[in-house]
Amino acid sequence: MLTTILAQTTGDMEAGLTAVGRGIVYGGAAIGPGIGIGLVVGNAITAMARQPEAAGMVRTTMFLGIAFTEALALFGFVLAFIISG
Amino acid sequence: MILGLEFPPVSHAINWPGIFFEGTPFEVNKVVILMWMSVALVFGFYMAAGRKQELVPRGLQNAAESAVEFIREGIIVQTMGQSGMGYAPFLLGMFSFIFVCNIWEIIPGAQMPVNARIAVPILMTAIVWVMYIVVGIKNQGPIGYFKNSVFPPGVPKPLYVLVAPIELATLLFVRPLSLSVRLFANMLAGHLLLISFAVLSTALVAAKFWAVLAIATGGLLVGLVAFEILVSFLQAYIFTILTAVYIGDSQNPEH
Repeated sequence: MLTTILAQTTGDMEAGLTAVGRGIVYGGAAIGPGIGIGLVVGNAITAMARQPEAAGMVRTTMFLGIAFTEALALFGFVLAFIISG
Repeated sequence: MILGLEFPPVSHAINWPGIFFEGTPFEVNKVVILMWMSVALVFGFYMAAGRKQELVPRGLQNAAESAVEFIREGIIVQTMGQSGMGYAPFLLGMFSFIFVCNIWEIIPGAQMPVNARIAVPILMTAIVWVMYIVVGIKNQGPIGYFKNSVFPPGVPKPLYVLVAPIELATLLFVRPLSLSVRLFANMLAGHLLLISFAVLSTALVAAKFWAVLAIATGGLLVGLVAFEILVSFLQAYIFTILTAVYIGDSQNPEH
């Protein structure tokens, strides 16, 4: 009796902990890139405002910077799905 | 009912039953058919646009020419310079294919981005990976290429202990991994986002009292569809421009 209840709770707990782990993985992975993309875009806007004639070049470089920064968050996103209970 | 809203597991959103050759490695499902349709669409579009070339472009030719212009002026000149013009057909084909594959995400009836399965991004990344290494070896010689990319000039000698392994890992693993995972994860995330809001909206409409809230979620869903068009375009653009950057790096090492 006790062991069945215990087994059941352990199973439930595992599923719950998996869900919590997924949340932590993606949440943690999103912090750095969030700040990073903010810095990239903010500085790109400053540059564009100072020198509107260079806007095209700045925009290309900005997208490159966003792409490199964003990749880290996406690794976290994929990792969250890879974790399985 | 709303509070106990059950979302289906993620495999329901991306696994499609096979239509032909079920159970074999050559199984054909909806995603494969959409991929074939993308190939046919891109091929047909450029064939039709280039069939009767006029001096003053109209209709299809106009659209195709602005796409070529975008690849040349927006991607190649910015990253590789004039010497990279020979890669324009490759990059144009890659850009158009990825964009059409992505845009299935919001076409009613299809609503599945082909790139949300990792097979297509991985294959394209493998092509790019082989290509930038071959171009590098061809332009700088096998020893010169690896020397230039693993031991970048201008770094103080003792730092090479740190820099060389990082650069080697970047060249061989991090670049292809991030290139494929970026495209795949972006499309998967967009697909799941749209599905979540669609499920939520239908559940709210079904629950009588909460149906008022469906106006908000449905409105957000419409906005998200527009956002996904932007993301589809942006991901195709980023994949192409990174390919151009990597090939340009192999071509002219002094960057």
